[in-house]
Amino acid sequence: MLLEVENLRVSYGQIKALQGISFTVDEGEIITIIGANGAGKSTALRAISRMVPVEEGSRMTYRDQDLLSFAPDKVVSRLGISHVPEGRRLFGNLTVMENLILACFARKDRDRIPADLKRVFNLFPRLQERQEQKAGTLSGGEQQMLAIGRAFMSGRQMMLLDEPSMGLAPLLMLNVFEALKEINQQEGTSILLVEQNARLALKFAQRGYVLETGNLVLSGSSAELMNNPEIKKAYLGA
Amino acid sequence: MSLNFFMQNLINALQWGSFYALIALGYSMVYSILMLFNFAHGDIFMVGAYIGLGVALLLLKIVGTGTAALVPGWLVLVATILISMFLTAFVGIIVERVAYRPLRDAPRASAAITGLMVGIILETSNILFLGGQRLAFPQLIQSQTYNIGGIFITNKKIMIVIVSIALMTALHQFVTRTRWGMAMRAMAYDFVVVPLVGVPLNTIAVMTFAIGSALAAAAGILFGLAYPVLDPYMGVSFGWKAFVAAILGGRGSIMGACIAGFMLGFIEIMTVPGIQILNRLFSLNIGSNLRDLIAYSIVLVILVFRPHGLFGEPYSAKLRL
Repeated sequence: MLLEVENLRVSYGQIKALQGISFTVDEGEIITIIGANGAGKSTALRAISRMVPVEEGSRMTYRDQDLLSFAPDKVVSRLGISHVPEGRRLFGNLTVMENLILACFARKDRDRIPADLKRVFNLFPRLQERQEQKAGTLSGGEQQMLAIGRAFMSGRQMMLLDEPSMGLAPLLMLNVFEALKEINQQEGTSILLVEQNARLALKFAQRGYVLETGNLVLSGSSAELMNNPEIKKAYLGA
Repeated sequence: MSLNFFMQNLINALQWGSFYALIALGYSMVYSILMLFNFAHGDIFMVGAYIGLGVALLLLKIVGTGTAALVPGWLVLVATILISMFLTAFVGIIVERVAYRPLRDAPRASAAITGLMVGIILETSNILFLGGQRLAFPQLIQSQTYNIGGIFITNKKIMIVIVSIALMTALHQFVTRTRWGMAMRAMAYDFVVVPLVGVPLNTIAVMTFAIGSALAAAAGILFGLAYPVLDPYMGVSFGWKAFVAAILGGRGSIMGACIAGFMLGFIEIMTVPGIQILNRLFSLNIGSNLRDLIAYSIVLVILVFRPHGLFGEPYSAKLRL
């Protein structure tokens, strides 16, 4: 198993954001966590990235190593788990190229960087055209491409994606998900995707979990979840 | 006011502004990456000057003075500046590690008073260990005065301005050309996300404190050459004024901090002849001891019209992830 999360609990003050969830991601898998706004999806990703403190009793194992013993930047640079945060959070004052280069800050395999840059530009030719432009001036779709490109450069054992579809036009959305699929297939990158857009997420992923107010209430293959009458009613609007 | 008189004051203003600019950079860099006012920074300037004094005396003891000296004075000066910058960088690193890092997630006001307390600790430690009397800074190079078309310039003034501008240029190159500088710029934009791309946040923070402190040490030594008396409280008023320059320059703008530092020097120096001219024109009797009152009223007016500083942009929202 690539990533094993057991009894993950996170609180923000009095608010219990995650109340002991357990899930797994296997090597090369695409997994999705769907759920409504405020269900705790982003918190789950932040906990894996070590950006929020977890409570006593939470366990996270990544390739048989205790994830909790790694500092946030080491989760990326040592374990190769990259994170595309909610709202992209690019460095708007840096150029497209600088955003990509900065993501290689702690990489040891510096000779591989040019090839990886080429790879990103192949996936998203628009980024190559705009490489000297400040990231803050990009359109929403381009920013999402850059956010994924930046994550790709920083580590690609596993990618955590937080609502990549947000605010994108349908066609751009498809573009982005096709690129992600390509990364998954060609690099073997495992993907953990959290989405409000359940239909899109289930189409893309092999397995899924349903998160409701801090608890995982359902899990199964994407096909199973898509045919589940409750899911249909609550998330797919059918 | 004749042109000569103006030029003479301009040169003084450049020298005076060099000190402000070098110190302001430290405030500005730390503020831009951590949203933290390092109020101990003025006292780091003081510590840097004293470290410079110690290093200079030690070096002079080793190489000798006067005609018996093994190496020329300017070489001792260069060595003093470099060694002191290096040593003072560690003072900055210790301050970050001991006083600021444990309070990284604390309210900003707590971090700010931490700085004030560290400042007081540095001042009183100085009194504790050195007795608090004023100390003379050794004159490492012979003073020479040149008369260029009626304007008197000393070699020290030229050197102080050139060394300061060289350090500022080096910093600018570092920040714009290297990946460390790139990380600093990224952190200034959004420090929460920096670890998410694999950049060690604490390393960048430590580096920023080290660079800021090293520049303050350089300012301290250059100050010691121009005004060769050091006292434990020399960092207080200088620190506050350099802080004014950092804010006047604009949030986290390196260029802004430099230009505002020189501008502050210019305003302060030029206020005195300004007062004299006003006195003569309107037969007034304003004392030149009102210099700071007038100079800083001018700064206040500038801030009213440019609240984000000269080169600052409106604040970007730094949300927690």
